[in-house]
Amino acid sequence: MDKKQITCIVCPIGCKIIVKTDGEKINLIDGNKCKRGLDYVRSEALDPRRVLTTSVLVKNGEWPLVSVKTTKPVPKKKIFVVLEEIKDIKVSAPVKIGQRIIKNVAETNIDVVSTKSVKRK
Amino acid sequence: MIEKEVDVAVIGGGPAGLSAAISAKNNGGKKILVLDRNSWLGGILPQCIHDGFGVEETGSSMTGPEYAEMYIYTAEKKDIDFMRETMVLELKRNREIIAVNKDGLYKIKAKSIVLAMGCREKTRWNIMIPGDRPSGIFTAGVAQAFINLYNIIPGKNVVVLGSGDVGLIMARRLKFEGANVLGVVEILPYASGLPRNVVQCLDDYDIPLYLNHTVTYIEGRDRLESVTIAQVDKNFEIITDTKKRLECDTLLLSLGLVPENELSKNAKIKIDNITGGPIVDQNYETSLPGVFVCGNCLQVYDTVDVLSIGAKHAGECAVESIKTKKIKESVIKVKPGRGLHYVVPQRINESGEVKFTMRVKKPKESIIIKINAGNKEVYSKKLRYVNPANMIEIDFDISDDLIKSKEDLEVTVDG
Repeated sequence: MDKKQITCIVCPIGCKIIVKTDGEKINLIDGNKCKRGLDYVRSEALDPRRVLTTSVLVKNGEWPLVSVKTTKPVPKKKIFVVLEEIKDIKVSAPVKIGQRIIKNVAETNIDVVSTKSVKRK
Repeated sequence: MIEKEVDVAVIGGGPAGLSAAISAKNNGGKKILVLDRNSWLGGILPQCIHDGFGVEETGSSMTGPEYAEMYIYTAEKKDIDFMRETMVLELKRNREIIAVNKDGLYKIKAKSIVLAMGCREKTRWNIMIPGDRPSGIFTAGVAQAFINLYNIIPGKNVVVLGSGDVGLIMARRLKFEGANVLGVVEILPYASGLPRNVVQCLDDYDIPLYLNHTVTYIEGRDRLESVTIAQVDKNFEIITDTKKRLECDTLLLSLGLVPENELSKNAKIKIDNITGGPIVDQNYETSLPGVFVCGNCLQVYDTVDVLSIGAKHAGECAVESIKTKKIKESVIKVKPGRGLHYVVPQRINESGEVKFTMRVKKPKESIIIKINAGNKEVYSKKLRYVNPANMIEIDFDISDDLIKSKEDLEVTVDG
């Protein structure tokens, strides 16, 4: 049984919540001051995910980069795999905001889209 | 000199300026002009590529560039005039603006003005870190622009001093770009940034946070070679035998932000020494009639959402002041009392609902915020938790009686 401490980020109090889990089920949660913390800790303990934001190289653009994000939170343990795949990409200007840059990045079933428009130089 | 006349001139095209300009237009302002020194609009937002913007305002989490484009799109549809790559040199007390760009020198006469110049980062010299003066020392925001706008990585082995949000976000950003982040050093016993950022930027990547620590010395001949960090005691005195040398090539400073008010000060607008922004009334009007202020040059906000809402109010009031031309006298002063660092607005001259924004001095649990008029308590609210990093907002209805009484208001925090 794995025991870990998770700082709740639902509100500014930041409860230090102790969670015991076997990786599939949660067996104990302690230290939360409210119910909202339970849901956060549950997903954080079993399947932590983050929206990943970074940038991609642009050819012939007014800026050398375009900022991008994953359309959904990706599993935390895949963040550096996703970053590695994004690093090899180069797009040509013009880029429109919301344009799909990578489909199904690192086999997550999640896309990477631009968060900015970049005009041609 | 090129002469221009407008209804409302907005100085600064960042989120505050855009929100104020759109609001001025929506409230019946005709000729609205926004001046900005950059070639782009949105101010700092295009380099803030992380997400979390707009949650309070729109319910969905956006990145900085997305939030900016939302406002720019609206502003451009609204027939608002923009002068980019234009530097405002002087704000005159008769509401004339002297500005310059590649076409020449401008004199812009405005019926009302909204100041939205934003803020600047504190540097090494604000806290006087001793040592050498090598290259490799950057403010966190400058490093953010290098990485996210210009594709330049400032260094490989990085120490961050100060745990403000930009510093935390940059620690993660550098990690993403393959740099080694040795730690974030914070002199206070708690992080200055939001808890969310401590978790998602430091804890997620095992970046150490050195609380009660500071940088005591900088070494390096041409490029930064090392910084010395040490623990501090309760009075922020360095505990000498805790000194530790960290070899690094880059030091990022996230020491806090200072409202940018050179123009306001030169126009002799009264400044609040604690917020660093102009003293304002409930309409965000400064001590110079017809000149309003919003955004981070009024007070440094935690989130752009709350900032935009405040700027909207300033834009509306700027247009309203042209229509009504009321001369107001400052009637009531609002002062921070026990436990409170500051409160905005600092003056009230009309009855009606006022949104007060304030910061406490220290983190505390189970507190009561009170507004006192003389010896009488006129408002109280319980809060479970307060933190200097989280601005507190209170809506309070100022009654006619309160205005008539001419009693100053004091806001206190107990518990």
